[in-house]
Amino acid sequence: MTVASTGGFGTRAGGLAPPEPNPIVAAIAAQRRRQTRRFRIIFVATWAVLIGGLLGALVAAGRIDFPFIREWGPYILGGVWTTIFVAVCSITIAILFAIVGALGRLSSNPVLFSVSTLYVSLVRGTPLLVQILFIYLALPQIIPGVSEVPAIALGIFALSFNYGAYMTETFRAGIQAVPRGQTEAAEALGMPGRTRMRRIVLPQAIRIITPAIGNEFISMIKDSSLVSVIAVPELLWRAQRVGQSNFRTLETLMIAAAIYWGLTIVLSLVQDRLEKRMAESDRRI
Amino acid sequence: MSGVTLERVTKTFSQVHALDDVSLEIVSGELVALLGPSGCGKTTLLRSVAGLEEPTSGRILIGGRDVTGVPTRERPIGMVFQSYALFPNLTVRQNISFPLEVRHRPPAEIRERVAELLEIVRLGPQADRYPHQISGGQAQRCALGRALAPSPEVLLLDEPLSALDALVRTRLRDEIRRIQQLVKTTAIYVTHDQSEAMAIADRVAVMNHGRVEQVAAPPALYEEPATEFAATFVGSRNALELPIADGRIGLGAAFSIAAPAASRERAIAFFRPEDVQVAVGSMGHPAVVEMKIFLGPTTRLHLATAVGDRTARLHADMPSRAAAHLEEGSVVAVRVDPQHVRAFPVDA
Repeated sequence: MTVASTGGFGTRAGGLAPPEPNPIVAAIAAQRRRQTRRFRIIFVATWAVLIGGLLGALVAAGRIDFPFIREWGPYILGGVWTTIFVAVCSITIAILFAIVGALGRLSSNPVLFSVSTLYVSLVRGTPLLVQILFIYLALPQIIPGVSEVPAIALGIFALSFNYGAYMTETFRAGIQAVPRGQTEAAEALGMPGRTRMRRIVLPQAIRIITPAIGNEFISMIKDSSLVSVIAVPELLWRAQRVGQSNFRTLETLMIAAAIYWGLTIVLSLVQDRLEKRMAESDRRI
Repeated sequence: MSGVTLERVTKTFSQVHALDDVSLEIVSGELVALLGPSGCGKTTLLRSVAGLEEPTSGRILIGGRDVTGVPTRERPIGMVFQSYALFPNLTVRQNISFPLEVRHRPPAEIRERVAELLEIVRLGPQADRYPHQISGGQAQRCALGRALAPSPEVLLLDEPLSALDALVRTRLRDEIRRIQQLVKTTAIYVTHDQSEAMAIADRVAVMNHGRVEQVAAPPALYEEPATEFAATFVGSRNALELPIADGRIGLGAAFSIAAPAASRERAIAFFRPEDVQVAVGSMGHPAVVEMKIFLGPTTRLHLATAVGDRTARLHADMPSRAAAHLEEGSVVAVRVDPQHVRAFPVDA
């Protein structure tokens, strides 16, 4: 290490010197790596035993019809695209609902506040399944034109309306988490009010709540299965259709569950990766 | 370039006076520090000039124009915050060009102005970094450049150095002063640190309980505090409550001065530690050295002395070399030049 002393009270320019490799630190790190590796091996082994054992038992008991799975598996798997389409559309529209809802919840206007609070309370206080059925079955009785709308659009609307209410509170918290100085700075620099929200606050709020949106999307993938009750031909609907007409619901539901599980695992990994990347560049200003 | 005038500004938050009838005249190109403890109203005053707070009554003029009620974004101000408040998604360069883009200036002009500002705040090498990639001192320089970009008539600084560590703080303080002199802008600087206020300001306004107690150039404020609060808040001072005898107050052979006119029985005498002369065995009032604190060039002595039948404690600063031979527990003689002692009546 170089000593750049300029006397007792002198100012030292430049940053810190790079740390020297320390044998004890290196040894501790090596041991920690070994422990982590061992932990991972046991983790994978445990999963293999549990899942393999369960499947093995079912196969041994002759309960699983493999030719049937080979025949119908691809058809059920094809529903994934509808599932993803429904989930992506719904989460996107839900974000719009949530932004409007959050602005209402933060509004000093009592009417806007009341309306958005009613929205959140009503939607969160009733089951999603009831909401889906209401929009598909009951709404056409009030507004006849609704019966012309395709089921998939109504399903997407029901999911986004529901998720929008839950995410309203997330967005509200996110907007409030943006430091007050940011708006004041933008104001002092000459930016008008509405632009401040759109260009300064919302982008930062969305960044803050991105992990939460990720979680909502994973839930959405699973909850989208509910629109199978209104005949949207997604994953679960296909599985049910094939399973019921062939009396092989064990196979079809297992296929559907496995696909949902696989999807959520992949999405969780993506989510982890994203969060880590954000954490790296997230030293607060 | 233009000055700022505050005319009888009062700001009330649910019956509490944050600002109580404040009038202040800041001339063009001047840097005035608002100094006071937290809750004294200094930040409210700054935010009122910015338009982030609306005064309950009174007028605020910038360059002779009444801006009371004018929205912040239409006031000719630039503001620097304690928390920097840089936009995290923009680079240093983009942060500085932000106020120019908001004003729809032509791109060529923006480029030129931003280059000039990067030069002024010395952030050329960091221009394309993001706020989280630069140090606190650099971040505050960037905020300063951003505030100056639209050439504001008044620069408002709200405790700009409070979030920084000591070394960076003095360096940046001098830097802010240099830049303010360079661009010749009028500036209001809020701080609770008296040495910072004295080092940077042309004049210091000492605030307490929503009022301006005194406005003076730093040397005048230091030598002649107008009020008891100014005397206690500015500089480190000894305060001795002394009985009045024959219209005078004094501490034995240490000093004797005329008592303030308004006081009857007792008065408070203020004098600074560096004005206390400490000697061994010569003329003066006896005192015991209770503690010795080495501060580098000077050494501070904590002294105990008798005032009538009570014990009073006072501080004395002396060159460390001269203090070397003094031991804790030794008896010394103290004297204070009467012209450095200021007396105020005791509040009844």
